[in-house]
Amino acid sequence: MRRDVHVGLISTVFVMLFLAACFAGCTSQAPVATPTAVPTLAATPAAEPMTLVIATTSSLYDTKLLDYLQPKFESKYDVKLKITSQGSGKAIELAKNGDADILLVHSPAAELTFMKDGYGLNRRSFASNSFIIVGPAADPAGIKDMEPEAAFKILFEKGTGNTAGIAFVSRGDASGTHTVEKNIWKNAKYNYTAQVQKSGVWYVEAGKTMGETLQMASEMNAYTLTDEGTYLAYKNDLKLVPVVTQGASLLNIYSVMTVYNTRQPVEKIRMANNFVNFLIDPATQADIGNFGVDKYGKALFIPMTVVVPTAADGWVADHSTPATAIAPDAAAK
Amino acid sequence: MDDITQGVTEAIHLIVTLDPDVMQIAALSLYISLSATCIAALIGIPLGGIIHFREFPGKRALIILIQTLYSVPTVVVGLILYLLISKSGPLGFLSLLFTPEGMILGQTILILPIMVGLVISALSGVDKSISDTLVALGATGFQKILQIVIEARFAILSAVVLGFGRAIAEVGVAMMIGGNIREFTRVLTTAITLETAMGEFGLSIALGIILLGLALIVVVILNLITSGLSSESQQIIGGPQG
Repeated sequence: MRRDVHVGLISTVFVMLFLAACFAGCTSQAPVATPTAVPTLAATPAAEPMTLVIATTSSLYDTKLLDYLQPKFESKYDVKLKITSQGSGKAIELAKNGDADILLVHSPAAELTFMKDGYGLNRRSFASNSFIIVGPAADPAGIKDMEPEAAFKILFEKGTGNTAGIAFVSRGDASGTHTVEKNIWKNAKYNYTAQVQKSGVWYVEAGKTMGETLQMASEMNAYTLTDEGTYLAYKNDLKLVPVVTQGASLLNIYSVMTVYNTRQPVEKIRMANNFVNFLIDPATQADIGNFGVDKYGKALFIPMTVVVPTAADGWVADHSTPATAIAPDAAAK
Repeated sequence: MDDITQGVTEAIHLIVTLDPDVMQIAALSLYISLSATCIAALIGIPLGGIIHFREFPGKRALIILIQTLYSVPTVVVGLILYLLISKSGPLGFLSLLFTPEGMILGQTILILPIMVGLVISALSGVDKSISDTLVALGATGFQKILQIVIEARFAILSAVVLGFGRAIAEVGVAMMIGGNIREFTRVLTTAITLETAMGEFGLSIALGIILLGLALIVVVILNLITSGLSSESQQIIGGPQG
C-alpha cells in the first residue's frame, strides 16, 4: 500500500509535469512570437506604431504586389500594415463588420453597393488588368480571339450539345472572377442560374480558389476564366494556353477604399486615406506598372494613371482626386 | 512528381539554412498549437475525470454530445468565433481578431471536445477489477481516482497528442481568426494554403514536411515524459486500452 501511495504521488506530479512541459514548450517559443503579440495585448501604447488592417482578395495578394508596396508605405508613415487576403466576398464582409480599415478588391458591382450603404469612403481605382479565357492548346471549341460573349455562346452550344472534348470549369464561388464570368453570361443573353448552371456535365462548378480551378481545368482539358496573374504564376504546371484575351467585359479593375463606421477612430481613417493617396500617387503608380516584369517578362498590372479603361456601368472609380473625406457626408457620390 | 522531390530538397534546405521566415512561421505554429493543447488539457483532463467518476442524469447524452463535437468542421468553429469577436460582435471589445491569442482560443475550443471525450474513454478503458481491488485494499476515493488515472496515462497521452495534432494541422480557425497576416498570424497550415494558391508546390510540400517534423518532436517528448514518470514502464503505448 505504501508503494501504491508513492506511485499515486508520482502520478499527481506526472500530470503537473506533463502540463509544465507543455508550458515550457510554449514559453521557449514565446520569445519568437511575443514581439508580434504585444501590440494587441498592450492597449496601444504611444510608442507602438498604428496598425491598419487591409482586407484584400486572394488573387491580388497572391501576385505579391502588396508585399512589394507594403515596406514603401510603412517607411513613409509611422504605421504597420496587416494584410489579410480572403475571397472578395469575405473581404467585403470583414470591412462591413469594421474588422478591416482598408478594402482592396476587384468586384465593382459589390463595391458600389458597399459605398452606397455607407461602409466606405474615398473609393479610387488604382490598377487594372485583363481576365483571360484559357483552354487546351488545340482549342477544340474553336473560339480563339473571339469576343468573350461570342466565345461563351459557342462553349454553351457545343457543351450542351455534348460535343466531345468541350468543358468549362467555373470558380462557382461568388468570387470576383466568378462575378465577371456571370456578367459575361448575362451580356451573352443567358440567364445564369436558369440556363447555364446544371446545364450538363460540360459545365463544372469547382468551388475552389483560382489556382485550384486552373489545375482542375488543366487535368480535364477544359476551358476556364482566370485573372492573368494567377495564370502566369501557375503556367508551368498547366496544359492550358490563353485563348481569349481581349474584350470590354474581361476588364479587371482593382479599387481601394477607406472603411468607415462610427466606431472607427478618425486618425485611422486619415491614415487609411494616406494609403489610398499612396496607391494613386504617380511614383507608386509607376512602381505598379513595373511590377512583375522581372519575374514574368511582362507587367501584371496597368496603372490607372497610364491607361484609364473605359468600362460600362460607371464601374471605374475616380483615380486621381486625393482622398480627403473622413465621413460619408463629405464623400463624393 | 518533380514537385515532391523538389519539396523534400527544399525542406532540407530551409531547415539546414534556418530560413528566418520559415522559422518564425514554424515557431508561431508551435506556440499557438501548444498553448491551445495545454489549455485544452488543463480543462479537458479534469473535466473528463469529473464526467467519468460522477454519476448524474443525462451523462450518456452529454458524452454523445461531446463525441458529436469531434466532427465539428474547423471552418465552422472559426466562423462562429469570428462572429463573436468581430468588432461588430458581442466580444469585439477584446480585440482578439487577427491575433495569435484569438487563434489559441479558437484551437482550444476546437480540440476541447476531443480531449474530454478521449479522457473519458481512457478512464473507462481501465479494468473494472482494478478499481474494485483498490477499494478492497482500503484506498480512499482520491487514491482510487489517482490510481486509475495512472493506469490510463498512455491513453490520456493519446488524447493530448490527438488534440495537438488537430490543432497544428487545422486551417479553418487559423484562416478565419488569424487572417494569415505575414509575420503576425501566418502559421504553417495557412502558409501552405497560400503557397499552394500561388503555385509554389515545392515550398508547400516543404512546409508540410516541417510541420510533420515538429509534430514528431512534440510527440516524442510527450511520450518520453509519460514513460519516464511511470514506475512500472513495461507497458507500451495504448496498452491500457487493450
